[in-house]
Amino acid sequence: MKRSSLIAFFAALFILALWEVLCKSLNIPDFILPAPVSILKVAIFRAPLILPHAGITALEILTGILISLAVAVPLSMVMFAYPSVEKAVAPFLVASQAVPVFAIAPLLVVWLGYGIASKVFMAAVIIFFPITVNLLEGFKSCDREYRILFQLMGARFFKTMRLLYWPWALPHFFAGLRVGVSVATIGAVIGEWVGAQKGLGYLMIQANARLKVDMVFAAILWLSVMGMTLWVFVGFLEKRVIKWK
Amino acid sequence: MLSVKNLSKDFNSLSILENFNLTVPKNGFTVLIGPSGCGKSTLFDLLTGVVPIDEGDISLFGEKVPHLREKAAYMQQKDLLLPWFSLMDNALLPARITGADIDQSRKKAQALFERLGIGGFENYMPGEISGGMRQRCALVRTLMFERDLVLLDEPLSALDAITRRSLQSLLLMLQKEFKKSILMITHDIEEALLLADELLVLTSPPMRIREQFTFDDEKPRNASDPRLIEIKEYVLSQLQKDMNNETV
Repeated sequence: MKRSSLIAFFAALFILALWEVLCKSLNIPDFILPAPVSILKVAIFRAPLILPHAGITALEILTGILISLAVAVPLSMVMFAYPSVEKAVAPFLVASQAVPVFAIAPLLVVWLGYGIASKVFMAAVIIFFPITVNLLEGFKSCDREYRILFQLMGARFFKTMRLLYWPWALPHFFAGLRVGVSVATIGAVIGEWVGAQKGLGYLMIQANARLKVDMVFAAILWLSVMGMTLWVFVGFLEKRVIKWK
Repeated sequence: MLSVKNLSKDFNSLSILENFNLTVPKNGFTVLIGPSGCGKSTLFDLLTGVVPIDEGDISLFGEKVPHLREKAAYMQQKDLLLPWFSLMDNALLPARITGADIDQSRKKAQALFERLGIGGFENYMPGEISGGMRQRCALVRTLMFERDLVLLDEPLSALDAITRRSLQSLLLMLQKEFKKSILMITHDIEEALLLADELLVLTSPPMRIREQFTFDDEKPRNASDPRLIEIKEYVLSQLQKDMNNETV
Protein backbone atom coordinates (compact mmCIF):
# COMPACT_ATOMS: atom_id res chain seq x y z
CA MET A 1 0.00 0.00 0.00
CA LYS A 2 1.25 3.50 -0.83
CA ARG A 3 2.33 5.77 2.02
CA SER A 4 -0.40 8.31 1.19
CA SER A 5 -3.04 5.54 1.24
CA LEU A 6 -1.74 4.32 4.60
CA ILE A 7 -1.94 7.83 6.03
CA ALA A 8 -5.52 8.21 4.75
CA PHE A 9 -6.48 4.79 6.15
CA PHE A 10 -5.07 5.50 9.61
CA ALA A 11 -6.55 9.01 9.66
CA ALA A 12 -10.01 7.57 8.90
CA LEU A 13 -9.48 4.86 11.52
CA PHE A 14 -8.47 7.48 14.10
CA ILE A 15 -11.55 9.64 13.42
CA LEU A 16 -13.86 6.61 13.64
CA ALA A 17 -12.20 5.43 16.86
CA LEU A 18 -12.54 8.91 18.37
CA TRP A 19 -16.20 9.04 17.31
CA GLU A 20 -16.82 5.60 18.88
CA VAL A 21 -15.08 6.52 22.13
CA LEU A 22 -16.92 9.85 22.43
CA CYS A 23 -20.32 8.22 21.79
CA LYS A 24 -19.69 5.56 24.42
CA SER A 25 -18.05 7.74 27.04
CA LEU A 26 -20.61 10.57 26.72
CA ASN A 27 -23.54 8.15 26.47
CA ILE A 28 -24.88 9.87 23.37
CA PRO A 29 -28.19 8.20 22.48
CA ASP A 30 -28.46 6.41 19.10
CA PHE A 31 -31.26 8.69 17.89
CA ILE A 32 -28.88 11.69 18.22
CA LEU A 33 -25.57 10.25 17.01
CA PRO A 34 -25.04 6.49 16.73
CA ALA A 35 -21.53 5.10 17.14
CA PRO A 36 -19.73 3.83 14.01
CA VAL A 37 -19.95 0.19 15.13
CA SER A 38 -23.75 0.48 15.50
CA ILE A 39 -23.99 2.05 12.04
CA LEU A 40 -21.86 -0.71 10.56
CA LYS A 41 -24.05 -3.35 12.21
CA VAL A 42 -27.22 -1.80 10.75
CA ALA A 43 -25.56 -1.40 7.33
CA ILE A 44 -24.64 -5.11 7.29
CA PHE A 45 -27.48 -6.84 9.14
CA ARG A 46 -30.24 -4.69 7.59
CA ALA A 47 -28.75 -5.09 4.13
CA PRO A 48 -31.78 -7.09 2.88
CA LEU A 49 -33.87 -3.97 3.55
CA ILE A 50 -31.30 -1.44 2.31
CA LEU A 51 -30.02 -3.15 -0.85
CA PRO A 52 -33.25 -3.03 -2.90
CA HIS A 53 -33.37 0.71 -2.23
CA ALA A 54 -29.67 1.02 -3.08
CA GLY A 55 -30.36 -0.88 -6.31
CA ILE A 56 -32.99 1.68 -7.34
CA THR A 57 -30.67 4.59 -6.56
CA ALA A 58 -27.84 2.87 -8.47
CA LEU A 59 -30.16 2.39 -11.45
CA GLU A 60 -31.10 6.08 -11.38
CA ILE A 61 -27.46 7.13 -11.20
CA LEU A 62 -26.25 4.77 -13.95
CA THR A 63 -29.10 5.75 -16.27
CA GLY A 64 -28.36 9.41 -15.51
CA ILE A 65 -24.71 8.85 -16.40
CA LEU A 66 -25.60 7.16 -19.69
CA ILE A 67 -28.07 9.87 -20.68
CA SER A 68 -25.66 12.67 -19.78
CA LEU A 69 -22.91 10.94 -21.81
CA ALA A 70 -25.25 10.54 -24.78
CA VAL A 71 -25.94 14.28 -24.72
CA ALA A 72 -22.63 15.71 -23.47
CA VAL A 73 -20.29 13.95 -25.94
CA PRO A 74 -22.03 14.96 -29.19
CA LEU A 75 -22.82 18.43 -27.82
CA SER A 76 -19.13 19.02 -26.97
CA MET A 77 -18.16 17.95 -30.46
CA VAL A 78 -20.70 20.26 -32.08
CA MET A 79 -19.66 23.18 -29.85
CA PHE A 80 -16.03 22.52 -30.75
CA ALA A 81 -16.74 22.28 -34.47
CA TYR A 82 -18.97 25.37 -34.46
CA PRO A 83 -17.83 28.03 -31.99
CA SER A 84 -21.03 29.97 -32.74
CA VAL A 85 -23.01 27.06 -31.26
CA GLU A 86 -20.78 27.18 -28.18
CA LYS A 87 -21.48 30.90 -27.78
CA ALA A 88 -25.22 30.27 -28.12
CA VAL A 89 -25.34 27.26 -25.77
CA ALA A 90 -22.84 28.40 -23.11
CA PRO A 91 -25.28 30.70 -21.24
CA PHE A 92 -27.80 27.87 -20.93
CA LEU A 93 -25.10 25.51 -19.71
CA VAL A 94 -24.03 27.95 -17.04
CA ALA A 95 -27.64 28.66 -16.10
CA SER A 96 -28.27 24.93 -15.71
CA GLN A 97 -25.60 24.90 -13.02
CA ALA A 98 -26.41 28.26 -11.46
CA VAL A 99 -29.92 27.08 -10.52
CA PRO A 100 -29.61 24.72 -7.52
CA VAL A 101 -30.94 21.25 -8.26
CA PHE A 102 -32.95 21.55 -5.01
CA ALA A 103 -34.90 24.38 -6.62
CA ILE A 104 -36.00 22.41 -9.66
CA ALA A 105 -36.45 19.03 -7.93
CA PRO A 106 -40.12 19.61 -6.91
CA LEU A 107 -40.93 20.82 -10.44
CA LEU A 108 -39.30 17.76 -11.99
CA VAL A 109 -41.32 15.48 -9.73
CA VAL A 110 -44.48 17.30 -10.86
CA TRP A 111 -43.49 17.04 -14.52
CA LEU A 112 -41.90 13.59 -14.61
CA GLY A 113 -43.72 11.87 -11.77
CA TYR A 114 -42.74 9.96 -8.66
CA GLY A 115 -41.00 7.20 -10.63
CA ILE A 116 -37.32 7.06 -11.46
CA ALA A 117 -37.57 9.48 -14.45
CA SER A 118 -37.33 12.64 -12.33
CA LYS A 119 -34.35 11.25 -10.36
CA VAL A 120 -32.59 10.11 -13.51
CA PHE A 121 -33.08 13.56 -15.00
CA MET A 122 -31.67 15.24 -11.90
CA ALA A 123 -28.62 12.98 -11.85
CA ALA A 124 -28.10 13.59 -15.57
CA VAL A 125 -28.31 17.38 -15.15
CA ILE A 126 -25.61 17.28 -12.46
CA ILE A 127 -23.27 14.95 -14.38
CA PHE A 128 -23.77 16.59 -17.76
CA PHE A 129 -21.98 19.85 -17.00
CA PRO A 130 -18.52 18.63 -15.89
CA ILE A 131 -18.37 16.13 -18.75
CA THR A 132 -19.35 18.68 -21.41
CA VAL A 133 -17.06 21.42 -20.15
CA ASN A 134 -14.08 19.14 -19.62
CA LEU A 135 -14.44 17.42 -22.98
CA LEU A 136 -14.76 20.74 -24.80
CA GLU A 137 -11.68 22.07 -23.03
CA GLY A 138 -9.89 18.84 -23.93
CA PHE A 139 -10.64 19.31 -27.63
CA LYS A 140 -9.51 22.92 -27.44
CA SER A 141 -6.27 22.04 -25.68
CA CYS A 142 -4.98 20.09 -28.68
CA ASP A 143 -1.61 21.48 -29.77
CA ARG A 144 -1.67 23.79 -32.79
CA GLU A 145 1.19 21.88 -34.41
CA TYR A 146 -0.79 18.64 -34.39
CA ARG A 147 -3.82 20.41 -35.85
CA ILE A 148 -1.64 21.83 -38.61
CA LEU A 149 -0.13 18.41 -39.28
CA PHE A 150 -3.61 16.95 -39.76
CA GLN A 151 -4.64 19.87 -41.96
CA LEU A 152 -1.60 19.30 -44.13
CA MET A 153 -2.37 15.62 -44.36
CA GLY A 154 -5.78 16.60 -45.72
CA ALA A 155 -7.76 15.19 -42.80
CA ARG A 156 -11.41 16.22 -42.61
CA PHE A 157 -13.14 17.04 -39.33
CA PHE A 158 -14.45 13.59 -38.43
CA LYS A 159 -11.15 11.84 -39.15
CA THR A 160 -9.31 14.50 -37.16
CA MET A 161 -11.85 14.05 -34.38
CA ARG A 162 -11.42 10.26 -34.34
CA LEU A 163 -7.66 10.13 -34.71
CA LEU A 164 -6.54 13.29 -32.92
CA TYR A 165 -9.03 15.35 -30.93
CA TRP A 166 -10.88 12.50 -29.20
CA PRO A 167 -7.79 10.64 -27.93
CA TRP A 168 -6.23 14.00 -27.02
CA ALA A 169 -9.27 14.97 -24.96
CA LEU A 170 -9.69 11.59 -23.24
CA PRO A 171 -7.82 12.59 -20.04
CA HIS A 172 -10.09 15.66 -19.79
CA PHE A 173 -13.13 13.52 -20.49
CA PHE A 174 -12.26 11.12 -17.68
CA ALA A 175 -11.55 14.01 -15.31
CA GLY A 176 -15.05 15.32 -16.06
CA LEU A 177 -16.59 11.87 -15.73
CA ARG A 178 -14.90 11.37 -12.34
CA VAL A 179 -16.34 14.64 -11.07
CA GLY A 180 -19.68 13.75 -12.61
CA VAL A 181 -20.03 10.30 -11.07
CA SER A 182 -18.93 11.54 -7.68
CA VAL A 183 -21.74 14.12 -7.57
CA ALA A 184 -24.31 12.00 -9.41
CA THR A 185 -25.56 10.58 -6.11
CA ILE A 186 -26.59 14.10 -5.04
CA GLY A 187 -29.04 14.48 -7.93
CA ALA A 188 -30.62 11.07 -7.43
CA VAL A 189 -30.97 11.41 -3.64
CA ILE A 190 -32.42 14.91 -3.80
CA GLY A 191 -35.01 13.61 -6.25
CA GLU A 192 -35.87 10.79 -3.86
CA TRP A 193 -36.17 13.21 -0.93
CA VAL A 194 -38.67 15.35 -2.80
CA GLY A 195 -40.90 12.52 -3.91
CA ALA A 196 -40.28 8.81 -4.25
CA GLN A 197 -41.40 5.43 -3.02
CA LYS A 198 -38.05 3.68 -3.32
CA GLY A 199 -34.37 4.50 -3.16
CA LEU A 200 -31.80 5.37 -0.52
CA GLY A 201 -33.02 8.98 -0.33
CA TYR A 202 -36.55 7.73 0.38
CA LEU A 203 -35.19 5.30 3.00
CA MET A 204 -33.25 8.13 4.68
CA ILE A 205 -36.35 10.34 4.88
CA GLN A 206 -38.44 7.47 6.29
CA ALA A 207 -35.78 6.46 8.82
CA ASN A 208 -35.21 10.06 9.89
CA ALA A 209 -38.92 10.55 10.55
CA ARG A 210 -38.81 7.52 12.89
CA LEU A 211 -35.62 8.77 14.61
CA LYS A 212 -33.75 5.73 13.30
CA VAL A 213 -30.60 7.77 12.83
CA ASP A 214 -28.42 4.64 12.61
CA MET A 215 -30.43 3.62 9.50
CA VAL A 216 -29.94 7.12 8.03
CA PHE A 217 -26.19 6.75 8.53
CA ALA A 218 -26.27 3.20 7.13
CA ALA A 219 -27.99 4.52 4.00
CA ILE A 220 -25.35 7.26 3.75
CA LEU A 221 -22.67 4.59 4.11
CA TRP A 222 -24.12 2.57 1.25
CA LEU A 223 -24.42 5.75 -0.83
CA SER A 224 -20.75 6.50 -0.15
CA VAL A 225 -19.80 2.96 -1.15
CA MET A 226 -21.71 3.40 -4.41
CA GLY A 227 -20.04 6.75 -5.13
CA MET A 228 -16.59 5.38 -4.34
CA THR A 229 -17.19 2.27 -6.46
CA LEU A 230 -18.13 4.46 -9.41
CA TRP A 231 -15.08 6.65 -8.82
CA VAL A 232 -12.76 3.64 -8.68
CA PHE A 233 -14.42 2.08 -11.74
CA VAL A 234 -13.91 5.27 -13.77
CA GLY A 235 -10.28 5.35 -12.63
CA PHE A 236 -9.86 1.71 -13.68
CA LEU A 237 -11.49 2.45 -17.05
CA GLU A 238 -9.24 5.47 -17.51
CA LYS A 239 -6.13 3.38 -16.92
CA ARG A 240 -7.35 0.72 -19.36
CA VAL A 241 -8.19 3.26 -22.07
CA ILE A 242 -5.37 5.79 -21.67
CA LYS A 243 -2.42 3.43 -21.77
CA TRP A 244 0.05 5.97 -23.13
CA LYS A 245 0.07 8.23 -20.04
CA MET B 1 9.29 22.35 -59.28
CA LEU B 2 8.26 24.85 -56.60
CA SER B 3 8.25 28.50 -57.49
CA VAL B 4 7.35 31.34 -55.17
CA LYS B 5 6.99 34.79 -56.71
CA ASN B 6 6.65 38.16 -55.02
CA LEU B 7 5.29 36.70 -51.82
CA SER B 8 4.36 39.39 -49.29
CA LYS B 9 2.97 39.26 -45.79
CA ASP B 10 2.36 41.93 -43.17
CA PHE B 11 1.52 41.37 -39.54
CA ASN B 12 0.08 44.42 -37.76
CA SER B 13 1.62 46.68 -40.41
CA LEU B 14 5.04 45.07 -39.88
CA SER B 15 6.27 43.68 -43.16
CA ILE B 16 7.56 40.12 -42.66
CA LEU B 17 7.99 39.24 -46.32
CA GLU B 18 8.14 41.66 -49.20
CA ASN B 19 8.25 40.41 -52.78
CA PHE B 20 10.02 37.25 -51.72
CA ASN B 21 11.06 34.89 -54.51
CA LEU B 22 12.20 31.32 -54.25
CA THR B 23 12.65 28.32 -56.51
CA VAL B 24 13.16 24.69 -55.55
CA PRO B 25 14.23 22.61 -58.55
CA LYS B 26 13.01 19.04 -59.04
CA ASN B 27 15.02 16.68 -56.84
CA GLY B 28 16.84 19.70 -55.42
CA PHE B 29 17.77 20.35 -51.79
CA THR B 30 17.25 24.00 -50.93
CA VAL B 31 18.12 25.20 -47.45
CA LEU B 32 17.06 28.47 -45.85
CA ILE B 33 19.12 29.94 -43.05
CA GLY B 34 18.63 33.25 -41.34
CA PRO B 35 18.56 35.06 -38.02
CA SER B 36 15.89 34.12 -35.49
CA GLY B 37 12.58 35.79 -36.18
CA CYS B 38 13.47 36.66 -39.76
CA GLY B 39 10.28 35.07 -41.08
CA LYS B 40 11.41 31.59 -42.12
CA SER B 41 8.62 29.84 -40.26
CA THR B 42 6.11 32.42 -41.51
CA LEU B 43 7.20 31.50 -45.02
CA PHE B 44 6.33 27.86 -44.27
CA ASP B 45 3.02 28.93 -42.73
CA LEU B 46 2.25 30.80 -45.93
CA LEU B 47 3.34 27.92 -48.13
CA THR B 48 1.23 25.44 -46.21
CA GLY B 49 -1.80 27.70 -46.08
CA VAL B 50 -1.81 27.95 -42.30
CA VAL B 51 -1.58 31.74 -42.72
CA PRO B 52 -3.14 33.40 -45.78
CA ILE B 53 -0.78 35.24 -48.14
CA ASP B 54 -1.27 38.96 -48.76
CA GLU B 55 0.24 38.98 -52.22
CA GLY B 56 2.25 36.73 -54.48
CA ASP B 57 2.00 33.43 -56.27
CA ILE B 58 2.91 29.86 -55.42
CA SER B 59 3.37 27.45 -58.32
CA LEU B 60 3.97 23.73 -58.19
CA PHE B 61 5.04 22.00 -61.40
CA GLY B 62 4.20 25.22 -63.22
CA GLU B 63 0.64 25.27 -61.92
CA LYS B 64 -0.52 28.05 -59.62
CA VAL B 65 -1.79 26.77 -56.29
CA PRO B 66 -3.23 28.70 -53.32
CA HIS B 67 -0.98 26.75 -50.94
CA LEU B 68 0.85 23.45 -50.65
CA ARG B 69 -1.58 21.82 -48.22
CA GLU B 70 -2.19 18.24 -49.35
CA LYS B 71 0.51 18.73 -51.98
CA ALA B 72 3.69 18.65 -49.92
CA ALA B 73 4.88 16.46 -47.08
CA TYR B 74 5.86 18.37 -43.96
CA MET B 75 8.15 17.52 -41.10
CA GLN B 76 8.73 19.75 -38.11
CA GLN B 77 11.17 20.16 -35.26
CA LYS B 78 8.88 18.11 -33.02
CA ASP B 79 8.26 14.61 -34.27
CA LEU B 80 4.51 15.04 -33.63
CA LEU B 81 3.98 11.31 -33.19
CA LEU B 82 0.63 10.53 -31.62
CA PRO B 83 1.37 8.96 -28.22
CA TRP B 84 -1.72 6.70 -28.36
CA PHE B 85 -0.56 4.97 -31.54
CA SER B 86 2.29 2.55 -32.03
CA LEU B 87 5.09 3.60 -34.37
CA MET B 88 3.49 1.54 -37.17
CA ASP B 89 0.09 3.16 -36.62
CA ASN B 90 1.74 6.58 -36.64
CA ALA B 91 3.39 5.73 -39.93
CA LEU B 92 0.04 4.58 -41.32
CA LEU B 93 -1.65 7.85 -40.41
CA PRO B 94 -1.39 9.35 -43.93
CA ALA B 95 -2.88 6.13 -45.36
CA ARG B 96 -5.74 6.17 -42.87
CA ILE B 97 -6.48 9.81 -43.67
CA THR B 98 -6.30 9.49 -47.43
CA GLY B 99 -8.16 6.17 -47.40
CA ALA B 100 -5.30 4.25 -49.02
CA ASP B 101 -5.13 0.46 -48.83
CA ILE B 102 -3.89 -0.28 -45.31
CA ASP B 103 -2.31 -3.67 -46.07
CA GLN B 104 -0.30 -2.25 -48.96
CA SER B 105 0.66 0.77 -46.86
CA ARG B 106 1.72 -1.47 -44.00
CA LYS B 107 4.09 -3.36 -46.30
CA LYS B 108 5.52 -0.09 -47.56
CA ALA B 109 5.89 1.27 -44.02
CA GLN B 110 7.55 -1.97 -42.91
CA ALA B 111 10.15 -1.60 -45.68
CA LEU B 112 10.74 2.03 -44.66
CA PHE B 113 11.17 1.07 -41.01
CA GLU B 114 13.90 -1.37 -42.10
CA ARG B 115 15.50 1.14 -44.47
CA LEU B 116 15.59 3.89 -41.86
CA GLY B 117 17.07 1.65 -39.20
CA ILE B 118 14.08 1.22 -36.88
CA GLY B 119 12.99 -2.23 -38.05
CA GLY B 120 11.70 -4.30 -35.13
CA PHE B 121 10.33 -1.26 -33.30
CA GLU B 122 7.05 -1.05 -35.22
CA ASN B 123 4.92 -2.05 -32.25
CA TYR B 124 6.65 0.19 -29.74
CA MET B 125 4.84 3.27 -28.45
CA PRO B 126 6.47 6.68 -29.04
CA GLY B 127 7.06 7.10 -25.31
CA GLU B 128 9.19 3.97 -25.23
CA ILE B 129 11.89 5.04 -27.70
CA SER B 130 14.59 7.72 -28.01
CA GLY B 131 14.20 11.13 -29.66
CA GLY B 132 16.30 10.05 -32.64
CA MET B 133 14.14 6.98 -33.25
CA ARG B 134 11.01 9.05 -32.93
CA GLN B 135 12.33 11.43 -35.56
CA ARG B 136 13.13 8.47 -37.83
CA CYS B 137 9.55 7.33 -37.42
CA ALA B 138 8.36 10.85 -38.26
CA LEU B 139 10.50 10.57 -41.39
CA VAL B 140 8.80 7.27 -42.28
CA ARG B 141 5.43 9.01 -41.88
CA THR B 142 6.66 11.87 -44.08
CA LEU B 143 7.69 9.37 -46.76
CA MET B 144 4.33 7.62 -46.55
CA PHE B 145 2.74 10.77 -47.99
CA GLU B 146 3.89 9.95 -51.52
CA ARG B 147 4.41 13.64 -52.20
CA ASP B 148 7.32 14.87 -54.30
CA LEU B 149 7.99 18.01 -52.31
CA VAL B 150 9.06 17.80 -48.67
CA LEU B 151 9.12 20.82 -46.37
CA LEU B 152 11.43 20.39 -43.39
CA ASP B 153 11.14 22.93 -40.57
CA GLU B 154 14.26 22.47 -38.42
CA PRO B 155 13.62 18.73 -38.29
CA LEU B 156 16.82 17.89 -36.41
CA SER B 157 17.24 20.85 -34.11
CA ALA B 158 15.92 19.06 -31.02
CA LEU B 159 18.41 16.21 -31.33
CA ASP B 160 21.88 15.65 -29.91
CA ALA B 161 24.91 16.03 -32.20
CA ILE B 162 25.50 12.32 -32.86
CA THR B 163 21.86 11.49 -33.62
CA ARG B 164 21.72 14.59 -35.74
CA ARG B 165 24.63 13.47 -37.87
CA SER B 166 23.07 10.07 -38.53
CA LEU B 167 19.71 11.66 -39.41
CA GLN B 168 21.39 14.09 -41.79
CA SER B 169 22.38 11.11 -43.89
CA LEU B 170 18.73 10.02 -43.87
CA LEU B 171 17.70 13.43 -45.18
CA LEU B 172 20.17 12.97 -48.01
CA MET B 173 18.57 9.58 -48.59
CA LEU B 174 15.22 11.37 -48.98
CA GLN B 175 16.69 13.31 -51.88
CA LYS B 176 18.84 10.64 -53.53
CA GLU B 177 16.98 7.39 -53.00
CA PHE B 178 13.41 8.62 -52.74
CA LYS B 179 13.87 11.36 -55.34
CA LYS B 180 12.21 14.02 -53.20
CA SER B 181 12.61 17.76 -53.69
CA ILE B 182 13.38 19.34 -50.37
CA LEU B 183 12.98 22.80 -48.87
CA MET B 184 14.48 22.95 -45.40
CA ILE B 185 14.80 25.57 -42.68
CA THR B 186 17.69 25.23 -40.27
CA HIS B 187 19.60 27.27 -37.74
CA ASP B 188 22.65 25.10 -38.09
CA ILE B 189 24.99 26.51 -40.73
CA GLU B 190 27.13 23.36 -40.80
CA GLU B 191 24.07 21.19 -41.37
CA ALA B 192 23.00 23.54 -44.16
CA LEU B 193 26.39 23.30 -45.84
CA LEU B 194 26.44 19.51 -45.63
CA LEU B 195 22.99 19.04 -47.12
CA ALA B 196 22.19 21.92 -49.46
CA ASP B 197 22.37 22.04 -53.22
CA GLU B 198 21.32 25.61 -52.82
CA LEU B 199 21.78 27.64 -49.65
CA LEU B 200 19.81 30.83 -49.21
CA VAL B 201 20.96 33.19 -46.48
CA LEU B 202 18.10 35.40 -45.37
CA THR B 203 17.88 38.85 -43.80
CA SER B 204 15.84 40.15 -40.89
CA PRO B 205 12.27 41.27 -41.72
CA PRO B 206 11.22 42.07 -44.28
CA MET B 207 12.85 38.80 -45.23
CA ARG B 208 14.98 38.88 -48.37
CA ILE B 209 17.66 36.63 -49.78
CA ARG B 210 20.96 38.16 -48.72
CA GLU B 211 23.23 35.58 -50.34
CA GLN B 212 22.77 32.50 -52.44
CA PHE B 213 25.29 29.65 -52.64
CA THR B 214 25.02 26.81 -55.11
CA PHE B 215 26.85 23.54 -54.54
CA ASP B 216 27.43 21.09 -57.36
CA ASP B 217 29.75 18.71 -55.56
CA GLU B 218 28.88 15.18 -54.46
CA LYS B 219 27.26 14.46 -51.11
CA PRO B 220 27.88 13.47 -48.37
CA ARG B 221 30.31 16.32 -47.86
CA ASN B 222 33.09 16.69 -45.40
CA ALA B 223 32.53 19.38 -42.77
CA SER B 224 36.29 20.03 -42.65
CA ASP B 225 36.40 20.97 -46.35
CA PRO B 226 38.22 24.36 -46.40
CA ARG B 227 35.70 25.81 -48.85
CA LEU B 228 32.79 24.91 -46.59
CA ILE B 229 34.61 26.32 -43.57
CA GLU B 230 35.19 29.54 -45.45
CA ILE B 231 31.54 29.83 -46.44
CA LYS B 232 30.51 28.95 -42.90
CA GLU B 233 32.63 31.77 -41.43
CA TYR B 234 31.32 34.21 -43.99
CA VAL B 235 27.66 33.29 -43.44
CA LEU B 236 28.09 33.43 -39.67
CA SER B 237 29.65 36.88 -39.90
CA GLN B 238 26.76 38.05 -42.08
CA LEU B 239 24.18 36.67 -39.67
CA GLN B 240 26.08 38.21 -36.76
CA LYS B 241 26.08 41.56 -38.54
CA ASP B 242 22.37 41.27 -39.07
CA MET B 243 21.79 40.52 -35.38
CA ASN B 244 24.01 43.43 -34.31
CA ASN B 245 22.08 45.81 -36.54
CA GLU B 246 18.88 44.54 -35.00
CA THR B 247 20.24 45.10 -31.47
CA VAL B 248 21.34 48.66 -32.32
